[in-house]
Amino acid sequence: MIQEFRKVWKQYAITMLWLLGLLWPLLGIHPDGTLSFEKTVTVWSYILAGTFVCLVIYIINSSGHLKIFTDPVVGTTRKFSGIAQAMPSWIWLSVLFVCAVVYPLLTGRYATDVAINVLLYICLGLGLNVVVGLAGMLDLGYIAFYGVGAYTYAILNVNYGLAFWFCLPFSAFFACIAGCIVGYPTLRMRGDYLAIVTLGFGEIVRIILNNWMTLTNGPNGILGVKPIGILIPVMENGFTFEIFWVKKLEFFYYFALALAIVAIIAVKRLNFSRIGRAWESIREDETAAELMGVNTFNYKLLAYAMGAIFAGLAGALFAARMRFVSPESFTFLESVMVLCMVVLGGMGSIPGIILGVIALIALPEVFRELESYRMLVFGSTMVIMMLFRPAGLIPAKRVGMRSEERE
Amino acid sequence: MSAEPILELKNVHSGYGSIKALKNVSLKIYPGEVVAIIGANGAGKSTTLMTICGIVPIEKGDVLYNGMSVKNIAPEKLPPLGLCQVPEGRRIFPRLTIEENLILGAFYRNDKAEIQRDIEHVYSLFPVLGERVRQQGGTLSGGEQQMLAIGRALMTKPKVLLLDEPSLGLAPIIIRQIFDIIADINKNQGTTILLVEQNANLALQAATRGYVLETGEITLEDKADSLLHNPEIRKAYLGE
Repeated sequence: MIQEFRKVWKQYAITMLWLLGLLWPLLGIHPDGTLSFEKTVTVWSYILAGTFVCLVIYIINSSGHLKIFTDPVVGTTRKFSGIAQAMPSWIWLSVLFVCAVVYPLLTGRYATDVAINVLLYICLGLGLNVVVGLAGMLDLGYIAFYGVGAYTYAILNVNYGLAFWFCLPFSAFFACIAGCIVGYPTLRMRGDYLAIVTLGFGEIVRIILNNWMTLTNGPNGILGVKPIGILIPVMENGFTFEIFWVKKLEFFYYFALALAIVAIIAVKRLNFSRIGRAWESIREDETAAELMGVNTFNYKLLAYAMGAIFAGLAGALFAARMRFVSPESFTFLESVMVLCMVVLGGMGSIPGIILGVIALIALPEVFRELESYRMLVFGSTMVIMMLFRPAGLIPAKRVGMRSEERE
Repeated sequence: MSAEPILELKNVHSGYGSIKALKNVSLKIYPGEVVAIIGANGAGKSTTLMTICGIVPIEKGDVLYNGMSVKNIAPEKLPPLGLCQVPEGRRIFPRLTIEENLILGAFYRNDKAEIQRDIEHVYSLFPVLGERVRQQGGTLSGGEQQMLAIGRALMTKPKVLLLDEPSLGLAPIIIRQIFDIIADINKNQGTTILLVEQNANLALQAATRGYVLETGEITLEDKADSLLHNPEIRKAYLGE
């Protein structure tokens, strides 16, 4: 036990000193220019005490003295995971589905609002996953397609009075066209260069939205976008249909849920299709893929277009929910956030991305009580997550998936 | 030897921008042959293969396959025609499994039963691969990766197989194994093979004819046996 401690105490001491050095400018320098040490030292000593307890437990555990407690725990978890694996996956999926359906009935408006955000970002994340996770092209301007989708619906609705369901395919279509426009000239590039070009494209779209006053109303945005309307049969004086406007968040939630489910199924099917295989070969080695008869240019363009379609659909829903669009919603930071969700969750892994989205949307909400330290905690959580799970929260289970499915 | 070459390079010039890698290269490969191109580092051996496959653009001259010009045919259209390359350094798909790698070799094909049979055939050629179909390609040893790369190319049902340095970085016993398989593919499946090698001794022993490439130009062309006994070649490439 003493030996175990000897191995780590130096690292631990250096880390704690480094943390002190890091904390002081954050907590000790006040906006009015005065300096203080008290607050830093108190916070630091709390962290010191907490981590020291963790360290002691870790050392006792690794020297094997905690076996009496951990063994039964490990045994039961193993038993449970055995039971869980024995059950067919559709049971889990239907349990999850039921939970998702009853969620808005059991929670408040605020929680539903966050959940809608999560669902829209799941759609975005899965779309970006096609481009980044499957085809292996780094896209830093992805949110532009989201913007194109949202503005398509907003403009068609406000200027021409077209209904949501009529505009939805147009949103997807225009986002797809935008994807092809950015894809066609840039797909000859690889890696870092592609990332920079897509970043530029994202900014171009945002600046167009910001400056094309006659079409987009510039930075003021477009107001008065109609929500989703559905026809419901009414039985008064004969059988007629009446338009029901989905204004309530609880109702809207189900539309977002439907979109997310469609996206999940679509991406899953794409992943295990011939197209998905072609994308993965491009990600692994483009020249080799070309030599094996994969038309790399077409498949890369297709990846861009597919990713953009998902973003366009999510964008239309976003516009219908906010009933207002402005260029501020489609900044570079949003692209980075979506990329973070994909990378953090695990590239190419659908459950991973869903978890990544929940983590990145829900965590800042949970940390809201910490006020100004929120982003600090958020950032350090991300660093810690990437340190401990570099392949993402739920890494893609690639090995032999296809071979097993066929058997 | 049949009269019509299956693959022919006619005065090909190609290169990378201002760097001219190939100058006036002419080759003729007849059906059923094993042809070796030998040469030192940077002689243009790999460029020759990449030019045939259309990855490096042709500046002047022409490449004829079965009498048809493939100069303007995109690289991905060549495997369906029966022309496939095993690139230098293997270049398998590291994060895909052995089986997925092989399935990708048959990417242009739609005949599922036939593909399955060909996969089994590759496993019978390389039993090591058959033992671990679900292992990721990147976790294989160098020799196994080379086998996988050859197996993947065989999945395209090539009439002409272009091999770029199959002995690169491998142990002598593995090299022997791989060259035996290459001879077997040539003999039993009638696949024409164009082999590019730095290891001249090995390549000329396996080949029926050989070309010597020096700084982008063909300097010598002869039967493999004669090249093997040519005193100049022995001095320059066989270390005597």
